[in-house]
Amino acid sequence: MTDLIDRQRLSYIAAQAADARLNVELETEGMTLNIGPQHPATHGTLRIIVRLDGEQVVWADPSAGYMHRGHEKLTEVRTYPQITTLVNRIDWLGSFANEVPFILAAEKLMGIEAPPRAQWIRTIMMEMSRIANVSLFLGDLGVQLGAITPVFFAFRDREYVLNLLESASGGRFHPNFDRIGGLKEDLPKGWIDETHQVMKKLRNFCDEIENLLFGNEIFQSRTRGIGVIPREVALQYGLSGANLRASGVDWDLRRDQKVGLAYDKADFTVWTHPDGDSFARCWIRLQETREATKIVDQLLDTMPAGPIMAKVPRIIKVPEGEAWVSTENPLGEMGYYIVSKGELGPFRVKIKTASFSNMSVAPWVLRGVYVPDIITILASLYFILGDIDC
Amino acid sequence: MVPLPETDTATETPALPGDALRDGIVERLRGALGDALVDTLVKPNDDIWVRVSTAAWREAGFAVRETLGCDFMSYLSAIDWMPSPFGRGEEDPTEPPPERATAIVQGYTGGETRFQVLARVYSTNKHFGITLKADVPDDSLVVESWVPVYAGANWHERQAHEMFGISFAGHPDLRNMYLPTEFEGYPLRKDFPLLARIVKPWPGIVDVEPLPGEPESADGEATEEASA
Repeated sequence: MTDLIDRQRLSYIAAQAADARLNVELETEGMTLNIGPQHPATHGTLRIIVRLDGEQVVWADPSAGYMHRGHEKLTEVRTYPQITTLVNRIDWLGSFANEVPFILAAEKLMGIEAPPRAQWIRTIMMEMSRIANVSLFLGDLGVQLGAITPVFFAFRDREYVLNLLESASGGRFHPNFDRIGGLKEDLPKGWIDETHQVMKKLRNFCDEIENLLFGNEIFQSRTRGIGVIPREVALQYGLSGANLRASGVDWDLRRDQKVGLAYDKADFTVWTHPDGDSFARCWIRLQETREATKIVDQLLDTMPAGPIMAKVPRIIKVPEGEAWVSTENPLGEMGYYIVSKGELGPFRVKIKTASFSNMSVAPWVLRGVYVPDIITILASLYFILGDIDC
Repeated sequence: MVPLPETDTATETPALPGDALRDGIVERLRGALGDALVDTLVKPNDDIWVRVSTAAWREAGFAVRETLGCDFMSYLSAIDWMPSPFGRGEEDPTEPPPERATAIVQGYTGGETRFQVLARVYSTNKHFGITLKADVPDDSLVVESWVPVYAGANWHERQAHEMFGISFAGHPDLRNMYLPTEFEGYPLRKDFPLLARIVKPWPGIVDVEPLPGEPESADGEATEEASA
């Protein structure tokens, strides 16, 4: 199997090298192409300026900032409970996961811990955000490569997850459900049984996508060996989440750190892939969606009873100090560095978003690829624009 | 559903995966950097903060990468420690502004300057992280770039440059990341006003009156019962 992949990759590199020589001999004239800000393949308003030599990219420069909202400045004039509403808008496909590290960092500074039931529900909802986020990626991936069908499957099954999030929190896209010390409310009646059924549907969805897309010859030939990011490069650029694991780095904050979440109570596999190409990144995400459904199922079965809110003051003042908490979000490592001066709001919040680092590798990885491969590489790196321009 | 765990076990904080490793880290870093390591703070079960001298900022980057094996850079940013002259937009705009603190007080591991750069690195096989800080001299606002250490510092330094006005010596391309080229000012500095908040104060801050039937308490000591 690996021999086959190696051969495919080597033949691709050889073809690239041959073409590069040909371009030199033909003395083709270079041209600069603007992809975006508004382009269907750029997920929002990311503009990519590419310098082309024939069909080959000489250099590429992603230009962000068309949607920058100044979250870090805005946090300085808000109170802690208000900030969860704000950070919901960073990665808008997995909103709940944005709230969790911020709340955990504030709780760390205050020295309080959410009750076990709240930790369980947080973990479950975080994994459901991952499913809602990544299932859209899996559907959208097909569209980027010219296959229309997968996106209908994705939107159909993502809807079940969003319905569950809505029924628990009241918010479909922006739950704003997490509170310092616990959660806004307990789960509604019948939610657990319904979630079990939905997780079954989502596992079916993963199988369907795997059959439809991952075994497809066109899909394989367009992603295998394309956009290879070696392990060292991935680490240097601070890639995180599935992008890092697709480059063979076994690093998952769900398993590798201890924060106030119930991941250690679930049994799940952290998948890695040695290839580092577009296919590996897509495959890791597919496996992670499967694992997420398993984590949800396990945690639903072992969820303890009890309160969902610790005792916290009504007016939340966070003691002076500094705290950093990051969690494994759908897009990768997301963290908040909170500096508190003991006031109602933070003094400074540094928001580390996953897509910012994940996209910073784009100039490196896009160099030398062909124009159609830009699309698959960007799709497989998977960014949400709000996560870059936060 | 399983019964709730015993309460006394919940109060004990379990050790982090890297907690046993944490002890030797600062000493190893001191061995690599010597006097350039200005101040350190190790909080058990939490994190490590170290402050290095400005001149040794890049050297410290190489030291954490090579000596400690921190192969993953999470972020690099800066802090402006000056208290905001505009407050948090919570005062009545018709009244004269209140007296505000102007003293610059640095956080963990101290410091002497208004601006500090900070970075966070991880070791992906030893499972620990470390936060590094360095003062940025008030008169020149230049520190060495970390791009030769971690290539991913490129975008983070561009961001810190446009938001704080800190220059990174040796950075290949300090263009603006988000802001237009002709933009004036450095938005994340504390003396850069958030105009929207000054023109129209946010009403949310006054929304803390007690619930019906709850004794009035101005200092926030009234606690709420768990709503389970």
